[in-house]
Amino acid sequence: MRRDRMTLGLIFMLPLVQLLLFGYAIQTEVKHIPTVVFDQSLSVESRDLLDAFGASGYFDMTYAASSYTEVNQMIDSGAAKVGIIFPPDFARVIQRGESGQVQVIVDASDNMVANQAMAVANSIGLLQSQKVLLQSKQFKGPPYDIRVRPWYNPDGITAFYMVPAILGIIVTMTMVIMTSMGIVRERERGTLEQLIVTPIKSYELMIGKIVPYIALGYLQITVALLVGVLIFHVPIRGSLLELYLLTLFFITASLGLGILISNIAKSQMQAFQMSFFVMLPSILLSGFMFPREAMPKVIYYLSTIIPLTYYLDIIRGIVLKGIGFPYLVGQVVSLLVFSVVLLTLSILKFKKKIA
Amino acid sequence: MEYAVTTDRLTRVFGNFTAVDQLTLQIKPGEIYGFLGPNGSGKTTAIRMLCGILEPTSGTATVLGYDLSGETEQIKRRIGYMSQKFSLYDDLTAAENLGFYAGLYNIPRRERKSRVQEMLDMAGLTGREDELVAHLSGGWKQRLALGCAIISRPAIVFLDEPTSGVSPTSRRRFFNIISRLASEGTTVMVTTHFMDEAEYCNKIAFISSGRLMAVDTPDNLKQNVLAGCLVELDLPNAMDQLENIEQLPYVKECSVHGLLLHVLLEDESNLGLLEEYTGVPAKPITPSLEDVFIALANKN
Repeated sequence: MRRDRMTLGLIFMLPLVQLLLFGYAIQTEVKHIPTVVFDQSLSVESRDLLDAFGASGYFDMTYAASSYTEVNQMIDSGAAKVGIIFPPDFARVIQRGESGQVQVIVDASDNMVANQAMAVANSIGLLQSQKVLLQSKQFKGPPYDIRVRPWYNPDGITAFYMVPAILGIIVTMTMVIMTSMGIVRERERGTLEQLIVTPIKSYELMIGKIVPYIALGYLQITVALLVGVLIFHVPIRGSLLELYLLTLFFITASLGLGILISNIAKSQMQAFQMSFFVMLPSILLSGFMFPREAMPKVIYYLSTIIPLTYYLDIIRGIVLKGIGFPYLVGQVVSLLVFSVVLLTLSILKFKKKIA
Repeated sequence: MEYAVTTDRLTRVFGNFTAVDQLTLQIKPGEIYGFLGPNGSGKTTAIRMLCGILEPTSGTATVLGYDLSGETEQIKRRIGYMSQKFSLYDDLTAAENLGFYAGLYNIPRRERKSRVQEMLDMAGLTGREDELVAHLSGGWKQRLALGCAIISRPAIVFLDEPTSGVSPTSRRRFFNIISRLASEGTTVMVTTHFMDEAEYCNKIAFISSGRLMAVDTPDNLKQNVLAGCLVELDLPNAMDQLENIEQLPYVKECSVHGLLLHVLLEDESNLGLLEEYTGVPAKPITPSLEDVFIALANKN
């Protein structure tokens, strides 16, 4: 161990980096949820309630929409997690002393954000109603009637948002560990040395290392989806074909990461340790377990260099939201950039030389 | 092409350790060229450079007329290489390993089957072609690895300690194959530290601490390297006498060979003096390669 600096380093780095990282990153209380507002009433009454939402600190009024379609798009694309809609007659209804309905749409494909947003929205409604009731006696019921609508997973079934995410984790874990260990094993056994003495080209060798794993990745996804659909009854609302096509970018990005590790690791043991070292942040920072919205800025940016972060948007988007490529361009481009950069680096670094 | 391999002051430095130091040599086509030297003398490093998988620090070399700087891919297409580890895929069968290398060297598909069979015959693996490599023993693996190295019919084959860890019968069998290859025109460069194997070579290069100490045929080496007269002594207490004899002014070297002592005298005229000192007859002998090897290794 004293001679194996890398292992020693990892043993110290693991608690140090990971604990510090996650100690700060893991916040289950989500503040500043991006919110889209479609205020058809544009009145003092709607403004008052919106102010209360904003003042709570939980909602950021990021977007103002001018139609239902716009609200839908915002939430479908994931730009906003919450939509607040005031009907045109909101102010008039309240002035008449009746309950004014406010629709609060919550993206329930991410359940931690959704649960919190729903709870907070309801309590703001109650609190504000009480304030108004204290000042005025004309109301028969609560003046603000908050109607929360959890979209995509209205019954809050855990399996619905967990299954797609776990699928992503399984795939990235398998790809990273298998490629990194596979290549390092060949180096350990000497077959890699034997290979580079042959006329095979670097890129041919890389393709040979990548293509079989892509096939394996698809096999895994198929098995996982079958289990999800047949046993957990996860609905697949979007296009399966699209899901398969976009998954390719995620698989290649994960493979690129694996090959990068194999370039650094000197033994299979090291490759495994390093894979583990990269997998932990993937699980904890990608938004799989903890909402990214709640993370401090630095760590939020850190989560943007994790392929799984983008794939979670893609798979939850297609499976639960039923959205398609047009909404996921950003994520796909990010994964594509990952793949291209990592694979090019690997091919360039792999020079058919030893030492 | 006059030479299959030429090197000119080929050097490789790792950090502050010079593994190969100004190596200059020529190998003729069809030769079995033995690379002899102690462990860590730079044999493997030299071979790796010639195979184009390790960059030389300085110096130049050509393999089959191609320059080592810039034409390594042309070289790789025309050579065979067998590393110390018999690097085969354990979870493939013997035939699958051969087929894989046949593919790597772009052997036309219709020829592959016959080429694989040819290698199986050569290795004596016919009938065991469907066995997993993991289940083969050392000698078989060794010949299979050779098969993978020469399936492309390379003009030159580099063998890095090809016989380490296999039985004497397997070693004999292996060198018979090598001799046949050479007689068919293949140049063979082989590293070893087994003296009996060195005897199979047309030419031997002694390398020690990365430096070339001597190059010649085995016979010439035995004749010329040891300046002086080598005699054999049959003393009852050889071990005790070793130090005393080493101290004699006319003795250059003294070493134990079994129960006998090999003594290198400065001159034949010292023969009488030695017999007088020891009281037993001193028999002049032709030096073995081992004597040469030890003398050269000590020189450094």
